[in-house]
Amino acid sequence: MNADMPLSAQLINLFASVILLLAFAMLAQRRVLTLINLFALQGLTLCLSTLVVAFTTGQAHLYWSAALTLLLKALLLPWILHQLVRKLNVKSEIEALINIPATMLVGIVLVMVAFNVALPISELSQTITRGTLGIALAVVLLAFLMMITRQKAITQVVGFLSMENGLFLAATSATYGMPMVVELGIALDVLIGAIILGVFFFQIREQFDSLDIRHLEKLKER
Amino acid sequence: MDFFVLTLAIPLVSGLLLALAGERAWAPNLNVIASLSTFLAAVLLTAEIVASGPRFVFGETFFIDSLNVFFVALTAFVGLTTSIFSGPYMRNEREHGKLSLPRLRLYKSMFQLFMFTMLVALTTNNLGILWVAMEAATLTTVLLVSLYRTAASLEAAWKYFILCGVGIAQALFGTILLYFAAERVLGQSGDALLWTHLASVKGQLDPTIMALSFIFLLVGYGTKVGLVPLHNWLPDAHAEGPTPVSAVLSGLLLNVALYAILRCKVLADGAIPGGFASNLMMGFGLLTLLVASFFLSRQKDVKRMFAYSSIEHMGLITFAFGMGGAVANFAGLLHMTMHSLTKSAIFFAVGHAAQKTGTQVMEDIRGLIKINPVIGWGLMLGTLAILGMPPFGVFASEFMILTHAMKHHPWATPILLLALGVAFAAIFGKVQPMVFGETHAKRLPHAPAITPVFVHLAIVLLFGLYIPPYLTRWFHEAARMLG
Repeated sequence: MNADMPLSAQLINLFASVILLLAFAMLAQRRVLTLINLFALQGLTLCLSTLVVAFTTGQAHLYWSAALTLLLKALLLPWILHQLVRKLNVKSEIEALINIPATMLVGIVLVMVAFNVALPISELSQTITRGTLGIALAVVLLAFLMMITRQKAITQVVGFLSMENGLFLAATSATYGMPMVVELGIALDVLIGAIILGVFFFQIREQFDSLDIRHLEKLKER
Repeated sequence: MDFFVLTLAIPLVSGLLLALAGERAWAPNLNVIASLSTFLAAVLLTAEIVASGPRFVFGETFFIDSLNVFFVALTAFVGLTTSIFSGPYMRNEREHGKLSLPRLRLYKSMFQLFMFTMLVALTTNNLGILWVAMEAATLTTVLLVSLYRTAASLEAAWKYFILCGVGIAQALFGTILLYFAAERVLGQSGDALLWTHLASVKGQLDPTIMALSFIFLLVGYGTKVGLVPLHNWLPDAHAEGPTPVSAVLSGLLLNVALYAILRCKVLADGAIPGGFASNLMMGFGLLTLLVASFFLSRQKDVKRMFAYSSIEHMGLITFAFGMGGAVANFAGLLHMTMHSLTKSAIFFAVGHAAQKTGTQVMEDIRGLIKINPVIGWGLMLGTLAILGMPPFGVFASEFMILTHAMKHHPWATPILLLALGVAFAAIFGKVQPMVFGETHAKRLPHAPAITPVFVHLAIVLLFGLYIPPYLTRWFHEAARMLG
């Protein structure tokens, strides 16, 4: 990283690093409510970094997608999740399948993998944000790890949404964002997905009296 | 009136109408009428495209050529027969106390919306919208898989949602990379994700990015196709959801996901030298075929077994398209059609059989031929058809795939023959006693709609004996588009 990098590029890299840091924090977090707050914070950082990209490049549609991110990922989805936790009386402790330090170590390996995969592509990119592609891929993989190692349905969903954050970061960092109509479609899908999940949680709870996905391991090849 | 607009508008409007109106006496009829009108519009659209060639709709938003109009017609047809089948089937489920009225309403409206999302996915020219529609197709079916609200169905739906969600997230990353590659050639604009624009510059797309992008797209959409090792959701979702849903998932959704891969493969083939995309698809296809065929013999649930059979056939089709070239593409398209029709017919027959006997466990279903000869013969003939017995169309397509493989990829032939042989032994061995064994069964309050089973099987039989020349031309045209 060279010293004469413009301020905007430095800011974008900073925000991207914060997003990665938050992904790690989510991986280490044991309490459901804090996890949701961290997710909201990640959404907010994503919105800020999109704003900087929009301002620097003058891409008008990026302002819209920043606004969309703020509304959906930083406000609406965390609110829905908070409501769900309250209404369903989810116990605040999260049980992990693998202990947290081990998960963190696996996470570090994943980050290295992501950086290596993204390297040849970053070199081809002319955007000011190219350095963040590796970070974006790392966030996606960390979210994936979180989904695998957690047992509560709600944590899996936060992992899923955090993966969406990583993908969005990839879209802004590699290409200054997807075409508007596509972004709107993706936002709609995420929203509908979250609502359906909400409905689904109530169904699961009604059936099992808990949101622990250990109940959901009966269907296996015998 | 534009038939294309009708094809998309009818399922959308009727889906919303069914959701708003609630479960009235006329709702099942509206469901059938809507599906029928969609099918008629699709047929007229097909006739128009075959006569006058590919065209754009709404600027360049939608693009219809002989490849996707073929899938549109197939989708609309199976949608129609499934809606006819589901009328009496769902009424029986209701009277057995398995479903309440609000859930029937949910089923019908989601069914129509599911048709809408698939038709959008098939006809859109924008690869981003294709992704959005594929994800929407998952979302509309999640609550259908858990329609019975049993522990097992909730688990199946949860698995379906999470696995396909993660899979489709990979596909989104692939799409982003594709856009990134395209943007370097086509510039910053909404046009850079339009398939027709991409196809016209596919030779200039950067091979490194395209290779990575295709891997993500194949893994992502491959999860929905049911490619091994990403197939885990498929047997559960098919076994635990209501039978009409199993029929459309198997017969249509898998096809649509495979269609998405095919569109991407055309671009990847143009950009990457050395048959990278083809080899990847051949590898995944063979692995899927082999693994699924060995899982078949271990199944106890009849719908689960036929779900594995769907995975097996998807593997075979993926392998065929992986080989590429006019003959293999032709065979792949033919096999997709035949599999759609046969497998949905089998699910219709299995659905009735399970209702008659009150179970999906194969050991408890015996002597269908005595309980109801029509269902018994339907299941037997359907099974023979799907196993590739000669007079049926599946034989023709499997034969073409095999001979093409022998000629160009001889190493693959033993694997193909082994997998098909194992599948035959497993399925036939289990279905035979179900149809011809000793029986104990009850009467159903509503006579089953058995016509769709035989309509499908008759078409499959016809294709095995004689494919009308205009259809052959159409298949050839579509196969040529795939390169």
